[in-house]
Amino acid sequence: MADLRINFAGIKSPNPYWLASAPPTNTGYQVQRAFEAGWGGAVWKTLGDPVLNVTSRFGAHHFNGQRVAGFNNIELISDRPIEENLKEIYETKKRFPDRAIIASIMVEPKQAKWHEIVKRVQAVGVDGFELNLGCPHGMSERGMGSAVGQQPDLVEKSTMWAKEAAEVPVITKLTPNITDITATARAAEQGGADAISMINTINSLVGVDLDTWNTIPNVNGKGAHGGYCGPAVKPIALNMIGESARNPHITIPISGIGGVSTWQDTVEFMLMGAGGVQICTAAMHHGFRIIEDLVDGLNNYLDDKGIVSVSDIVGRSVERYTDWSNLDLNHKIVARINTDVCINCNKCHIACEDTSHQCIDMLQDKHGIEYLEVREEDCVGCNLCSIVCPVDGAIDMVEAERLETPMSWNERQTAIQMLEQNIVNS
Amino acid sequence: MNDSKQPSMTLTTLLENFEEAKPSYNSAEAINEANRCLYCYDAPCMEACPTGIDIPSFIKKIASGNLKGSAKTIMTANPVGASCARVCPTEELCEGACVLNHSTSPIMIGDLQRYATDWAIKNEQLLFQQGEKHDKRIAIIGSGPAGLSAARELALLGYHVVIYEAKEEAGGLDTFGIVPFRLPKEISLWEVDQVSRLGVEICTGVEVGKDISPQELLDNHDAVILAIGMSKVPMLGIEGEQLAGVYDAIELVERTKTYGVADEFVDKRVAVIGAGNTAVDGATTSVRLGAKNVKILYRRTVEEMSAYDFEYEFAKQDGVEFRWLTAPKRLIGDEHGRVTKLECIEMELIEEKVGGRKRPVEVKDSSFMMDVDIVVKAIGQTRYRSLIEEFQLVHHDGVVRVNQETYQTSNPKVFAAGDVIFGKGQGEAMVVSAAQQGKETAYAIHRSIKPSKTETA
Repeated sequence: MADLRINFAGIKSPNPYWLASAPPTNTGYQVQRAFEAGWGGAVWKTLGDPVLNVTSRFGAHHFNGQRVAGFNNIELISDRPIEENLKEIYETKKRFPDRAIIASIMVEPKQAKWHEIVKRVQAVGVDGFELNLGCPHGMSERGMGSAVGQQPDLVEKSTMWAKEAAEVPVITKLTPNITDITATARAAEQGGADAISMINTINSLVGVDLDTWNTIPNVNGKGAHGGYCGPAVKPIALNMIGESARNPHITIPISGIGGVSTWQDTVEFMLMGAGGVQICTAAMHHGFRIIEDLVDGLNNYLDDKGIVSVSDIVGRSVERYTDWSNLDLNHKIVARINTDVCINCNKCHIACEDTSHQCIDMLQDKHGIEYLEVREEDCVGCNLCSIVCPVDGAIDMVEAERLETPMSWNERQTAIQMLEQNIVNS
Repeated sequence: MNDSKQPSMTLTTLLENFEEAKPSYNSAEAINEANRCLYCYDAPCMEACPTGIDIPSFIKKIASGNLKGSAKTIMTANPVGASCARVCPTEELCEGACVLNHSTSPIMIGDLQRYATDWAIKNEQLLFQQGEKHDKRIAIIGSGPAGLSAARELALLGYHVVIYEAKEEAGGLDTFGIVPFRLPKEISLWEVDQVSRLGVEICTGVEVGKDISPQELLDNHDAVILAIGMSKVPMLGIEGEQLAGVYDAIELVERTKTYGVADEFVDKRVAVIGAGNTAVDGATTSVRLGAKNVKILYRRTVEEMSAYDFEYEFAKQDGVEFRWLTAPKRLIGDEHGRVTKLECIEMELIEEKVGGRKRPVEVKDSSFMMDVDIVVKAIGQTRYRSLIEEFQLVHHDGVVRVNQETYQTSNPKVFAAGDVIFGKGQGEAMVVSAAQQGKETAYAIHRSIKPSKTETA
């Protein structure tokens, strides 16, 4: 049994799984149910000045018969009185002292406002704060959420103001609706954040109804952009985490959010630098009980790899994430089709023929049996065939014979420069 | 003794036994199954379909919610595609060729085809438009799968097509010859309707050779297609065959599709002679008519049986018993002339000297009596020889000889397709093959008689 405990920026949790600040953490009843099921922590649905919500609120992107490839919402922060939330936070913490309760908070970017809310919430006893500088809908139109999170100076100031009053760790939650997330991540660190969390939801419109021509979701015939999350956003989140983790100016821990649905996703996020993860959509899709496999699968994975503590994997893939210019131009892989496993659906052929490099031939052996073969000399090793192949093990991407020593674009440019220098000097 | 599964005995409940046995997919099932399809390139299922339906395409259209397009893709290639969705031996054709046989389990192509065509039926879709008319006239004798398919293609090509059908309703085998719990009559009649709405004239209740002469057809048309299929079950050639309680399996099925059900089989012991698909139809119909016990008697073994595997399974699930290596010798009746006993004899299979099929021979002194109330004959089908001879066509025991490419008979103006050309090493007996032959016959006629533009210029 591996040690799944984490100590994230000073916040202790029995496992790396926190519920993200969202509908699942709206009430004490819900958070307590989650803790009963085994969740390690919960980021309470954002507290702030009272708001009004609309119906409907959610939409989902379904794909090829599978429900919820992506999920979208236009719900605002908590619409319940702050006193009730605080009372329930107190009760929940009392009942589950070993779990992490982090209060998500959002106010206008004013020092007094931040001081006030931090002190008020802190008084009931929370393990940390998460500053919601990322909510992309509604609140942003009132100068909060992502309207703050898109401006590094406001991110820095808001963080600083919260930190001035906070006696527990402060996590600054960042919006992905920005060109370069490392800019706001650095700003948070400069503001004194103990950690950052990413990503909040992405601006999105999930669909248009083909019969009514209304947006999905719609509120009495009108729609507004929402925040996108769920499995579809995982690669975007993973990149932003990786970019932040490998940035030498960002040294504080990262709480990983965005499409985490399985223990495998969790391992990937942690390898790419997340000190723990936050989950929402997967729980909204299936209920809190998913925590059982999230914990069990992670534990078995770590045991199989002989890893004692989950914290040992944090950031282990970061050094492998770099700029394109550092990739080896002389590395060659090619596709190889295992005809004994191949079921001859010919999807690799048509994908390669129509949309890649025309190097998979449909052939017949001397008995008239059809088979597929890669002309390796023409293969660019793009992976497309193995991506579309429906059968595990039918296509291997194998290393081709190395003809030249490794050289990246940067090394090449440096070498050329040196050569030119030599010519000039000589 | 394992009695056949006992359905309820009132006429209303007997009627329920004849409702389609297999439920249709609901939309979630269809979409799940459609999404499982790999959408192969150069797909082997398509290759395996005698009518060459673009299967990946129609399945993709189900997945995308384009059901009209899906039904049209199916019906374009196969004018009796709704019937074939139910009666094709799919595990030997498209589903048997599915690449997923090598990894998980094949796509249920037949069920998906049924889902798409059922949608078109329920939503009263007209999928095709008549082609630009010209003055060429074609007569088609028989409105079964071959005749109907030829008519549909010719109508699309602008021909004036008249179908002559001896029965009161069109559709042939699909309408009358396939048990309603596998293929309800309405499905076949929808396919007929699709064709008639293309301007094809369908003259039902008109028997060529009686109501209209072959010569008249030949005189008034540019070509005649003989798509008359096959006839009744032949005589067993044993004593007592005229007794009351002896049925022809094909007529029995036809009766249930024409007049509904009667209670004459309730609680009866039924022996079905033969082990082809028609025998299974006779047996399962008997079960559903309330028979107490139904046995299939076959003089060879399960190995030689010509019924499809899924038909055999279907019969077993209905509780039908099989008596292999058993042949009928004599039917014995009571004083009212009703059959009461069937004298049988055990058989054994003898290896023929010059290879070929094993020959069944009687085992000496092995005859035994079987108590029966009803005997259903299903030992094959006879041919409409007299009509074939009236057309003066070359044939082999009633199997009309055709040019394999053009479906032209010995009379260049007469073409033939479907069961009328099946047998003696020629053709295929499946509905789907008949449909394809009908299409190919239409194209051959079009190639041979439609004046080309250069000729008319």
